[in-house]
Amino acid sequence: MTEATSSVITLHINGTPHTLTVDHRTTLLDALRERLALTGTKKGCDQGQCGACTVLLDGRRAVACLQLAVAAEGRAITTIEGVADGDRLHPVQQAFLELDGYQCGYCTPGQICSALAVLDEHAAGWPSAATADVRPEAGPPALTDAEIRERMSGNLCRCGAYPTIVRAVARAAGAESEVVA
Amino acid sequence: MREFRYHRAAATADAVALLAADPEARPLGGGTNLVDLMKTGAERPALLVDLRDLPLDRIETTADGGLRVGATVTNSDLAAHPEVRRRYPMLTQAVLAGASGQLRNMATVGGNLLQRTRCGYFTAGATEAAPCNKRAPGSGCAAVAGEHRNHAVLGASAHCVAVHPSDMAVALAALDAVVTYETADGPGELPLTAFYRPVGDTPHQETALPPGALVTGVVLPPAPPGASRYRKVRDRASYAFAIGSLAAALDVRDGVVREARLAFGAVASHPWRARRAEQALTGGPADAAAFAAAADAELAAARPLPHNGYKLPLLRDLVVDVLTALTEEAAA
Ligand SMILES: Cc1cc2nc3c(=O)[nH]c(=O)nc-3n(C[C@H](O)[C@H](O)[C@H](O)COP(=O)(O)OP(=O)(O)OC[C@H]3O[C@@H](n4cnc5c(N)ncnc54)[C@H](O)[C@@H]3O)c2cc1C
Ligand code: SF4
Ligand code: FES
Ligand code: FES
Repeated sequence: MTEATSSVITLHINGTPHTLTVDHRTTLLDALRERLALTGTKKGCDQGQCGACTVLLDGRRAVACLQLAVAAEGRAITTIEGVADGDRLHPVQQAFLELDGYQCGYCTPGQICSALAVLDEHAAGWPSAATADVRPEAGPPALTDAEIRERMSGNLCRCGAYPTIVRAVARAAGAESEVVA
Repeated sequence: MREFRYHRAAATADAVALLAADPEARPLGGGTNLVDLMKTGAERPALLVDLRDLPLDRIETTADGGLRVGATVTNSDLAAHPEVRRRYPMLTQAVLAGASGQLRNMATVGGNLLQRTRCGYFTAGATEAAPCNKRAPGSGCAAVAGEHRNHAVLGASAHCVAVHPSDMAVALAALDAVVTYETADGPGELPLTAFYRPVGDTPHQETALPPGALVTGVVLPPAPPGASRYRKVRDRASYAFAIGSLAAALDVRDGVVREARLAFGAVASHPWRARRAEQALTGGPADAAAFAAAADAELAAARPLPHNGYKLPLLRDLVVDVLTALTEEAAA
C-alpha cells in the first residue's frame, strides 16, 4: 500500500488517451478544464446540483464535479468536444441550434450531453419519475414533454431556456409534438 | 480538502482488509455524497477504497423468490431492472424520485444507504462556525434553534434533529429489506429497520454496522401482497429532496385491510417504519376515515419544532391520498 496522495493516470477522452499526474483530490471536471484545456465542460455549482459539468462515462451521463479523476481511469469519457462528427453536428446539437435551446449558452454543453443520454435511456426502456406505470408489462413510456422535463431536470438553466430545450430534445428524439409552445 | 491515498480494491477481502487496517479509510461508491462532503471538510478520509471493480454489481433472484442486490449496483440499474419494476415497483419509484439521471448513474446502493444528512450546519463542514454534534461531537446542535424547516418530527433528540435524506431506503424499510455486510471478522446482516441507530446522545454514530464494515448488498424478501407505491412531496416538481414521503403497500380484500406496510421519509434520522399505523389499519375498513385515524395514531408521537409543524398535516394527507389510490387500484 502506497503512501502517495497523487497518481499517474491515463484518461481516455473522446477516444484519445491522456496521461497525467493528478493529486487525488482533483475532480474529473478540474482535470478536463485546468489540466487538459478541454473547457467545453462547464463548472456551475461544483456540488452536483446544476448539471453544467455533465459528461458521459462509458456512455452514461455523470457529473464531472463529483467524479474523482483518479477513479475515472479506465473509463471511456465523452465530453461536448467529442459529440460532433468532425464538422457535422450531432442531431441533438443541431436541434439545440435550430430551436434556440439556450440563451447565454453556459449550461448548453451539459444539456446536450445529458440529452444524448436521455435518448439512450429512453430507447433502453428506462422509466422515469414521470412514468405512471413503471412495470415492464406497461411497455416503454412515450417521450412526452412531461417525461423530457423530468429526465432533463438534473440540468439547470439560469437563463430559463427550458421551453426550447424541451422542444430541442423532443425534435432530436423524433418525438416533437405538433403543438409548438 | 485533506490529501488522501487512493486504492482500487480488486476483491471484497482486499477492501475489507484495508478498511480494517485504517480507521480513517472510507469506501468510495459513486462519490456523489462523499466527494461533495470532502470538498467542504465535513468528511476527511485519509484513504479512499474504490469499490468499482468489486463483484458486487449484480441483481439476482433468491431461492425464496426475493432479490439480492449488490452494494455497487447503481441507483439507475436498480430502478431499471425488470424484476425490481415488476415485483417491487415502489422501489423503482423511490429511486427514480431521488437526485437526477446523472447522479443516479453514479450513485450506488451502499452509498445511498450511508449518505449523510443534508442539514446545512453539517454539510457546510469546516466553513461553518455553528455547532453540530454530527460534525463535532459534543459541540451542540445549531438546528434546534436555527434553520430546521426540513428537520425531524419523529424520533429526534435534543442532540440532533436531522433527517436521513434517502428515498430508496424508505422503500427498503417498507419492504423489510436486510442489509448484508462483511468485516475482517466475517459476514453479518441487519434488517434495514435496525440498520440506523436511534439518535440518542451520539448522533455521529449513525448505523449499527461494526467499525470497518463494508456493505455488500441488500436482500429483499418476496414482495408484500397488494398494490404498492412511493410518493414524495418536495418544494419543486423534480430534483429536490423530500420534505415528506411515503412508501406504502396495501392488501385490501372485500373492503377490509389484510396487510399494510407504511414507511415515512424525511421525518426522522432514519426511514420511519410506521408500525402503529400498520396495526391500526390491519383488519379494519379501507376508507378515508380509517386511513386518517391510522396516520394520527402514528403521528401522536411526533414532536415538531417551531418551523416544521407543517409536516404533520402533510403526512396525514399523504397517507390518506396514497392508501385511497391503492384501494382503488385493488378494486379496479
Ligand atoms: C444534488 C443532489 C441531489 C440529490 N437528491 C437526492 C434525492 O432527492 N433523494 C435521495 O435519496 N438522494 C439524493 N441525493 C443523494 C444521492 O442519492 C447520494 O449521494 C448517493 O446515493 C450516494 O451514493 P454514492 O455511491 O455516490 O455514495 P458515496 O458518496 O460514494 O458514499 C457515501 C457514503 O457511503 C459510504 N459507502 C459507500 N459505499 C459503501 C459500502 N458498500 N459499504 C460501506 N460504506 C459505503 C462512503 O464511505 C460514504 O461515507 C442527491 C445528491 C445530490 C448531490
Ligand atoms: S440537526 Fe444534527 S446535523 Fe444538523 S446541526 Fe444539529 S446535530 Fe448537526
Ligand atoms: S458543476 Fe457539476 S453539477 Fe454543477
Ligand atoms: S442558456 Fe444560460 S444558463 Fe442555460
